Amino acid sequence: MECQECKKRPATVHLTQVVNGQKTEVHVCEQCAKEKGYMSYGEENFTLNDLLSGLFHSEGSSPFSNQKTQSYQQASQLKCPTCGLTYQEFARIGKFGCASCYQTFDDRINPILRRVHSGNTRHDGKIPKREGGNLHLKREIEDYKSRLKELIEQEEFEHAANIRDKIRTLESQLQQGEGGE
Amino acid sequence: MSLQQFMNEAISPWMKEDGPDSDIVMSSRIRLARNFSHYPFPLIASDQTLDEVMEFFEEKFKHQSFRDYKDFEIVKMKDLQPIEKRVLVEKHLVSPHLAEKPEHSGTLISQNEQVSIMINEEDHIRIQLYFPGFQLDKALEQASQLDDWLEEKVDYAFDEKRGYLTSCPTNVGTGMRASVMMHLPALAMTQQINRMTPAINQLGLVVRGIYGEGSEAVGNIFQISNQITLGKSEPDIVEDLHSVVKQLIDQERRAREALVNRSGIQLEDRIFRSYGVLKHSRIIESKEAAKCLSDLRLGIDLGMIDHIPRTILNELMILTQPGFLQQYAKATLTPEERDIRRASLIRERLQLENED
Repeated sequence: MECQECKKRPATVHLTQVVNGQKTEVHVCEQCAKEKGYMSYGEENFTLNDLLSGLFHSEGSSPFSNQKTQSYQQASQLKCPTCGLTYQEFARIGKFGCASCYQTFDDRINPILRRVHSGNTRHDGKIPKREGGNLHLKREIEDYKSRLKELIEQEEFEHAANIRDKIRTLESQLQQGEGGE
Repeated sequence: MSLQQFMNEAISPWMKEDGPDSDIVMSSRIRLARNFSHYPFPLIASDQTLDEVMEFFEEKFKHQSFRDYKDFEIVKMKDLQPIEKRVLVEKHLVSPHLAEKPEHSGTLISQNEQVSIMINEEDHIRIQLYFPGFQLDKALEQASQLDDWLEEKVDYAFDEKRGYLTSCPTNVGTGMRASVMMHLPALAMTQQINRMTPAINQLGLVVRGIYGEGSEAVGNIFQISNQITLGKSEPDIVEDLHSVVKQLIDQERRAREALVNRSGIQLEDRIFRSYGVLKHSRIIESKEAAKCLSDLRLGIDLGMIDHIPRTILNELMILTQPGFLQQYAKATLTPEERDIRRASLIRERLQLENED
């Protein structure tokens, strides 16, 4: 039997509708059934939020199970000291309450971040000028260090020595900065 | 008010300009999510805190200027009528989310309407910058400078390991969403876009309809943006997006050429039929209008129609939305009344071109 809507695909969905006592039979393919609204799938109403909180729950956070490990029980009791958001609330809404939540739930969020950001858990982008503090300096030193390694591998020792001196200068700057704070 | 006048006020100045590759790329956008370090995020913040954030921006940034972005006007959602809010959403100056919770939210809009800094959205601050055509690098550079300008006065929530902290874990890190709005009629007509979408998704990019998440590609307009915000630098994210958009532009041009070669007269027929519908219909639904406008625009790009400027698609896609129609009519309209208004506005607009 072919689909009565598109007349192309075979009919795989068969319905009997009774509207005001009038009985009609519908034979359509799955695609037309979805388009015409004969079928509705629960998962199509899923928002990104539902998906996210699904990720949290997949770590096993049902409040009713007593079989969980000690560390899990502690996690469920975690509460952000700054804004008061509990881990359970966080898992339910899929959103953080304040900047401190990132610290509070730190050891629980890596799996979530990994799934959302293709395996990444660490920031590698812009650093703000003021709030970033001496991070700029640290980044610069790291960049020079990887450059130094490359130069040594290429046996360009003269150039490498220059870079090494630069790193020393920057490191002493960094130490002074930290001593002063 | 005449239509000409209304349009001049309704369409943001940058939208009337042509940018690079603007036969296919309508606009480039960078959005940065930022938060104050010492306030709870808007989702759970008290009314008092939210008001403090608003007051802070009013005090420090109202009527301020930064380079080309002059005289920032503060617009408080609670001061607006529902139709006015809708118009801002339709102009993409405000997100639907911001308009939905008007009590303590607002936005700072630059005079040229290229920049909108939303306050108390999901995050305290959402900086949004638009450029016409394909100009992602320039948009990123200037968005970052705007960000530095704000940081002079705002203590940002930032963490060495996680980057810029945001309410939703999907934005943490750079807090950046780079997106490009593209008109891809040939790739859509030949169904090629559906086959390309999964490959684009694998690169950490998303393809969506014009109104963002979950929306349908009305008028063959697609939005391509990055999904990943953590673990990659802003320039790297933009470069990835850039290279995919570049390929889509090439594919679209090739598909257009193939369409003209293979079915020139059928294509021409389709384009002129749509032109006829726009020119003469008395009732038109938004979906049909979008389809016909897409065809008309393709006809202009292919040189089949030459007396109409190509910004007409951008222009009329915005003007024929419910909010604008009602603002132009200065009345609340039922959907049926809107369809009639929409048809007459389009006819009037096309009439303007014939007079020249």
